[in-house]
Amino acid sequence: MTVEMIDVVRRFGATPALEGVSLTLREGEFTALLGPSGSGKTTFLRVLAGLEGSDSGTIRIAGQDVTRVAARERGIGMMFQSYALFRHMTVFENVAFGLRVRRRRPPEAEISARVRRLLDMMQVSELERRYPAQISGGQRQRVALARALAIEPRLLLLDEPFSALDALVRKEVRRWLRGLHDQLGITTVLVTHDQEEAMELADSIAVMERGRIAQFDTAQRLLSAPATPFVAAFVGEAARLDCEVRNGMVRFANEALGSVCADLQDGPATAFARAGDVFASSGGGGARVVLVRETGGGRRILVVQAGDAVIDATGVEGEHLSRGDTCGLTLRGGHLFASNGSRVTIVPPTDPA
Amino acid sequence: MTVLRLATEDGALARWLIGLGAALVALGMLVLPLAAVLAEALRRGLGVALAAIAEPDTLAAIRLSLLVAVLVVPVNLIGGLAASWCIAKHDFPGRRLLVVLIELPFAVSPVIAGLSFVLVFGMQGWLGAFLRARDIEVIFALPGLVLATLFVTFPFVARTVLPLMQAQGREAEQAAAMLGASGWQIFWRVTLPDVKWALLSGVLLCNARAMGEFGAVAVVSGHIRGETNTMPLHVEILYNEYQFAGAFAVAALLALLGVLTLAAKALLERIGAKEI
Repeated sequence: MTVEMIDVVRRFGATPALEGVSLTLREGEFTALLGPSGSGKTTFLRVLAGLEGSDSGTIRIAGQDVTRVAARERGIGMMFQSYALFRHMTVFENVAFGLRVRRRRPPEAEISARVRRLLDMMQVSELERRYPAQISGGQRQRVALARALAIEPRLLLLDEPFSALDALVRKEVRRWLRGLHDQLGITTVLVTHDQEEAMELADSIAVMERGRIAQFDTAQRLLSAPATPFVAAFVGEAARLDCEVRNGMVRFANEALGSVCADLQDGPATAFARAGDVFASSGGGGARVVLVRETGGGRRILVVQAGDAVIDATGVEGEHLSRGDTCGLTLRGGHLFASNGSRVTIVPPTDPA
Repeated sequence: MTVLRLATEDGALARWLIGLGAALVALGMLVLPLAAVLAEALRRGLGVALAAIAEPDTLAAIRLSLLVAVLVVPVNLIGGLAASWCIAKHDFPGRRLLVVLIELPFAVSPVIAGLSFVLVFGMQGWLGAFLRARDIEVIFALPGLVLATLFVTFPFVARTVLPLMQAQGREAEQAAAMLGASGWQIFWRVTLPDVKWALLSGVLLCNARAMGEFGAVAVVSGHIRGETNTMPLHVEILYNEYQFAGAFAVAALLALLGVLTLAAKALLERIGAKEI
């Protein structure tokens, strides 16, 4: 279903958790809400679910205004971070709960057929008589998902669904979940602080910063055209470099970095560069390699100390820097923001400066 | 060769001493007095003890104690559960104050509680004239006993249920709401089953105290034999009148009821631990 949030505001006392959030989710799309803790992403999800009220704004699901509709009437499936399974009920009863509490309760045969089909789909059918305390974290998650899907929701909300799983299981469950989404086609919203998770799962990502949506875009666009310095820094874990623009030349406060050209107005600016944008060469000075991180496939990331800053860099071709070597740094990419918010992409110099 | 042991593990001697100390304290302070009461009750034989219990005034005291408990326990069950539910599952102004109020009966001496009821409902009390005009007896009658017992035993259910509810949080309830459950369905199907063992255990403690309460009840009772004497009050009267056989027979019966309650509670906790 199409979901529209229009200018939604939510305050807790004096502290605003959502400051006028507007977002439209298309039918069948998988959207991630990405942001650091305290950015309002969980509040967003809870307001959308109806567990939290909004101070102003409108929420529409499939064209219907649900702003004042109670959570239980919204027909939304939600998976909680803690899974929130009913501990005194078996797995079967947990999944059946949403069907049993219906005003028009389906006949027992239909309930059990539907529960079994869901447990089968989640590959946990052998667990139906167990209690939540008797199964593993990954199994609990599948049961929680089966329970949320049992009511045939028009919208599925996932609150940090992988945070309780260990790294290995997490990767596997992620792929499985995306496959499940493609198969069922339910409009899905995922809340996460892990950008890798957001990028792998979601069709589009809403990056949240202090109660606002900083940018709502595809993963690729977030990386290639960040709308704000915050997005540039948060997505892709870029290093933040203060600099000064004068006559198209960018001079960095950090002396280890060589100047680059950029088409930006004069004045103070901030550059954001990821490991792939920063190149270290033995030609210059002012920086020192403190760590070398092998990432496989022959690629190495050099962790470089330059003054107070620690910057991830890539070695230039034909050189092999090791720990302790001195080097100089040059930007061949990244983003440059002027103090008024306008942005340019740093392009590699055509002739070596 | 030294035997390795965990840093937190005590040596054999220390463990022995702790066990011995605990056993001695339990023996001296709990088992011996109970045994003494039982022995004293049966000193002149079971027949004499039973005959003492069969006295009409004694039977009336037993009936009254049971009646008070039967009236008080359900009220405190519902009241304690409702208070815990409000505090643990909802936010409202004055929530902290309510938590403090729940513990008030533990902090205030029962005698003072009894006196305050006399001040409110007694002949010379605030509502005395109002009640007398309508022929309603509270003090020196069953309503007074029930009120005093209600006050003294109120914290038992709430104090056993509330910490568990708070520890369990609200997410299960929220999940149930998302699945379409109404407020009633959430309470009966999610909240209540999650605390049922703690609730039962609180009810049993409340019951034990309701039957055994002395101080508050002593003030409001008036000690009218066969009418407003509960078991603990009756024990004291018999004892002061040097009717030791009767006093200890009733005391033993009261103690037995208490021990049975505790045993039932321990059993319930075992079942509860197994289930969850």
